[in-house]
Amino acid sequence: MGTLIEEILSRKAGKPVQAGEIVMVDADYMMSHDNTTPLAIKAFRNIGKPIHDKNRIVLHFDHAYPAPNLMAAGNHRMIIDFVKEQELPFLFKQGVCHQVMIEEGFIAPGAIVIGADSHSNTYGALGAFGTGLGSTEIGVGWVTGKAWFRVPETIRVEVTGQTQPGVYAKDVMLHITGELGMDGGTYRSIEFGGEYIDNLPMHERIIFSNMSTEVGAKCGLIAADQTTIDYLENETCAEGPFDIIQPVHPVYESVVNFDVSALTPQVACHPDVDNVSPIAGVEGLEIHQVYIGTCTNARYEDLVVAASILKGKRVHDYTHVIVTPASNRIYEKALKNGLIETLMQAGCTVTQPGCGACIGRHGGILAAGERALTTMNRNFIGRMGSPEAEIYLSSPATAAASALTGRITDPRTIQEN
Amino acid sequence: MGKAWTFEDNMNTDEIIPGRYNITIDPLELAEHVFCEVKPEFPEQVQPGDIVVGGQNFGCGSSREHAPIAIKGSQVKCVIAKSYARIFFRNSVNIGLPILECPPAVDDITEGDLVEVNLSSGVITNQTKGTSYQANPLPDFVIRIAEAGGIVNFLKEHDIQELMG
Repeated sequence: MGTLIEEILSRKAGKPVQAGEIVMVDADYMMSHDNTTPLAIKAFRNIGKPIHDKNRIVLHFDHAYPAPNLMAAGNHRMIIDFVKEQELPFLFKQGVCHQVMIEEGFIAPGAIVIGADSHSNTYGALGAFGTGLGSTEIGVGWVTGKAWFRVPETIRVEVTGQTQPGVYAKDVMLHITGELGMDGGTYRSIEFGGEYIDNLPMHERIIFSNMSTEVGAKCGLIAADQTTIDYLENETCAEGPFDIIQPVHPVYESVVNFDVSALTPQVACHPDVDNVSPIAGVEGLEIHQVYIGTCTNARYEDLVVAASILKGKRVHDYTHVIVTPASNRIYEKALKNGLIETLMQAGCTVTQPGCGACIGRHGGILAAGERALTTMNRNFIGRMGSPEAEIYLSSPATAAASALTGRITDPRTIQEN
Repeated sequence: MGKAWTFEDNMNTDEIIPGRYNITIDPLELAEHVFCEVKPEFPEQVQPGDIVVGGQNFGCGSSREHAPIAIKGSQVKCVIAKSYARIFFRNSVNIGLPILECPPAVDDITEGDLVEVNLSSGVITNQTKGTSYQANPLPDFVIRIAEAGGIVNFLKEHDIQELMG
């Protein structure tokens, strides 16, 4: 009996638990990446106890990979030495950690996956409890297999209606983020549902869970259904049978309703993710870089949208247009199906999969005075380089349309070829 | 007693320590850049024992532990805020950065005030204004971690189940 997070945590705790209780539960997997693993190793060494179960440890190189400088190179070498020393079976170097976690089958409904990355909430789209923790807690998890949680209260976000052409799940989530505010979900579980969410394919559901982090939520869950099962079976290495967990007579702290029928494309404006405007409010604003990438919006279908807008055209002469597929698997599929060719012929720079530009590491750093329109999930000051640069957030369609003009452009005004 | 450094609501992890400096995990090196985006004079002028005073949702954004580590590296005594983002709260507890939640004290303190904090009682005294406040009590298991000096030290001596009391 309870909300989705109460149901998931009750199964793991082996007893019914309710919001407000503190539970200690087993984590199915513990994820960290090249940015956060060094501190987890430090915590592990300081604790001085052996690894509990190496098959539950998953490491990724994605934040600064291939190494853009000596320090990053040293980090990678140190992590590889650790992996060899502890004979860890899972080290991935094939794209953004959250996408690779899903593709490689580590995420299934009802699983608890903790990650030393705030966007570990992403896994909620598959009905898993994914949440971000710090590196030290990942190191603790390596030794104990466990993590503590206060069972969170739940905000139910009920989304109804159908979007107009040119309006995507990213626009809906940007709108919701603007309405809830960047601390509107702090310490809460957000449960997304309603006919709009029910009808969404997985690559768009993921956006809601991914960006639940931006409103401070502990997790952003979508109950598993046939769409989830089909996706797991066809698009990932996960092996069933899968447990479908649903809320049972849930008691929500609050229920928020959104009807998306009249929504237009949305843009989150500098300097806060909840500073969201309908596109009409920012149209024409000059941009110096477009970045289509990240754990939010660089899946195959996002590249299809971008390519369909850019096909047979040229991006603006004075705008950098960077496309970073989320994973090698996506990159490969996009190559095979001609999307990469289309994007390159339009003048895009296609980079290796990873997180580089989103965190100001490499592959698209902004200079002072530059303004970028990106498909990222956050636009903190200084995130992509200079603190005097500005970051705006949009859907891949708006980003691609704007790449053509060098100005923020409504994708509904661009004719597709 | 230390000098108060005040910050706005929603101070995010990139503002505490920009991502481009996170290639090191050395607390002192990180402290050279802490708050450099929002208060460029902070890294140079902060003194051991000073107090960081934040607003609502302090530490929102990334899960990077570099943020509380950078603050700890600057040798401030503690952070006082109205509320904390969840990962920042956990990280601070785990690495042993003392954090207190006390909205009325935050409203009362202005930059440069001399503030005395008793970490064990949670009593915050604003010497400049002659006012005193009681911070919100922390959960028992958080106190157990804090008393051990962080989760790593706790686990050296205890099983994790002992956290639950």
